[in-house]
Amino acid sequence: MDNSSPTPTQDSPAQSDSIALETRDLSLWYGDFQALFNVTVEIKHGIITGLIGPSGCGKTTLLRCFNRVNERYGYVTTTGEMRVLDKNIYDEDVNILELRKSVGMVFQRPNPLPISIYDNVIFGMRVHADKGQYKKADYDEAVEVALKEVFLWDDVKDMLKKKATGLQLEQQQKLCIARLLPLKPKVILMDEPCSALDAEGTEAIEDLMSNLRGKYTMVIVTHNMAQARRASDECLFMLMGKLIEHGDTSQLFLNPKEKDTENYVEGRYG
Amino acid sequence: MPLIPKTDGGSIHWTLLREKIIEILIYISGFSAIIFVFSIFAFIFKEASGFVFSHETDWSFFFFNAAWQPLPEESATYGAFSMIIGTISVTLVAMLIAVPFGLGLAVLVSEFCSPKIKETLKIVIELLAAIPSVVWGFVGLKLMNYVLVNFFGAQVGSNLFNGGIVLALMSLPIIVSIAEDAFKAVPDSYREAAEALGATKWQVVYKVLFPAAKNGLLAAVLLGVGRAVGETMAVLMCTGHNLNNPFSSEFPFLNIFDPIRTLTASIAAELGEAPRGSEHWQALFALGLLLFAIIFVINLTADLVVRGIKQEES
Repeated sequence: MDNSSPTPTQDSPAQSDSIALETRDLSLWYGDFQALFNVTVEIKHGIITGLIGPSGCGKTTLLRCFNRVNERYGYVTTTGEMRVLDKNIYDEDVNILELRKSVGMVFQRPNPLPISIYDNVIFGMRVHADKGQYKKADYDEAVEVALKEVFLWDDVKDMLKKKATGLQLEQQQKLCIARLLPLKPKVILMDEPCSALDAEGTEAIEDLMSNLRGKYTMVIVTHNMAQARRASDECLFMLMGKLIEHGDTSQLFLNPKEKDTENYVEGRYG
Repeated sequence: MPLIPKTDGGSIHWTLLREKIIEILIYISGFSAIIFVFSIFAFIFKEASGFVFSHETDWSFFFFNAAWQPLPEESATYGAFSMIIGTISVTLVAMLIAVPFGLGLAVLVSEFCSPKIKETLKIVIELLAAIPSVVWGFVGLKLMNYVLVNFFGAQVGSNLFNGGIVLALMSLPIIVSIAEDAFKAVPDSYREAAEALGATKWQVVYKVLFPAAKNGLLAAVLLGVGRAVGETMAVLMCTGHNLNNPFSSEFPFLNIFDPIRTLTASIAAELGEAPRGSEHWQALFALGLLLFAIIFVINLTADLVVRGIKQEES
């Protein structure tokens, strides 16, 4: 793959100094199995951060902590602190529904809901709206803006009432990103968003990510190291539930500090 | 030693023969189901044919006249309207009760309660299905009768509402189990997607699960309807067995404390008294044919709806 080109770190936006996501001594157990060990990390605002590591290293688990979607499984216990936009999300007074509104998530397999494309895009809006808060015109506009932002408008504008599950996988995944946007999230989490897509679809999603860059803080889990190099500004390398290294993507790939990182990025295991 | 040890030909022959016999037995038991269904249909049709093909049978009278008077034989009239209306009304009342409760229970069992409560609930619901219909009849005749007369002010305890409640309880298990299957078949990724967007559990249920499972839920309701239409003993005991039209053109349009009489109950009550082969006998079999047709259509529709789901999934 052509990865000799410089990573986009240089032109990262100015606000990248402020911190969007932060964990302190975060540990997590699934029942008796410990999946995360004292992870402490700061993820900067407005850039794309890649999460890499071999299977089972805890990168998806960490990602799923950021909007507490992990808690869908009843047997998860967490210790430590996790701050999103400077608020500890494990505080008592945190409204989990509001948290999920501002921290959106894109899953490994495109999972549009089995309703129309239009209804998919405004699903989040409807769920969070007070009675009578939006009129049809508001919804129409939100749908158009969101679909344009993910480059899907031209493909689907004549079939908005069709079922979303009938779209091609690539379009489905774009739709899954589009439905987050009307909620004006601060953070978008992506769990291997391209693993079900072919090369073209992957490229389309990556284009889309770079289009959204700067407006949202994005965290992407990926198995594809070439993709991490192409698409991310900073990278986290994890191994066995521990955070091993965090740095600029170019530096992490070309000049890793840790031996484990070097072995992984050179493909000696994983 | 040779690769295939020699045996005497007789023993090999016997093994092969035994295989063949077992195979034939399995085929027979498989096909017998088909044979039984068709022979039952043929039997009912044959017994009813005298009535069905008679020149004297006036079909508009049969379907739209309420006069079912098998005696005296010389001036007998066979109008099934009241029984058709009776079956429709009691099924309607039963479904008005059973569908909301059944779907609600299915949602509770599949989405909300802990595994322990879930297991308990499922066993209890299955127990409902294990109660014989004559026992349900007792419940209606003794318990519900008393309750309806003393607490609801009904003139007669055995009535449409009584039968409807008992039928609702009887069709609840099938509605719950099919609806629960329908919810279980909805991929978890849908729930996860909706929850990650900040939907509450209840929003997930009615905005995602209901649209996603609607075919399965429809099948659940249809099978419940089929169960209610076909039930005999309990409705015979609970509904008062009285030819009557509970619908009215004035409010409340359906008098739920009226006694009624259903197709099934009429057959059960009268077949023993009708002389074999008489016109009365044949008319009762014509009722049976009508029931057969109704339930066949309902079950076929439910089956097609369920097949529709499977094709969508693949």
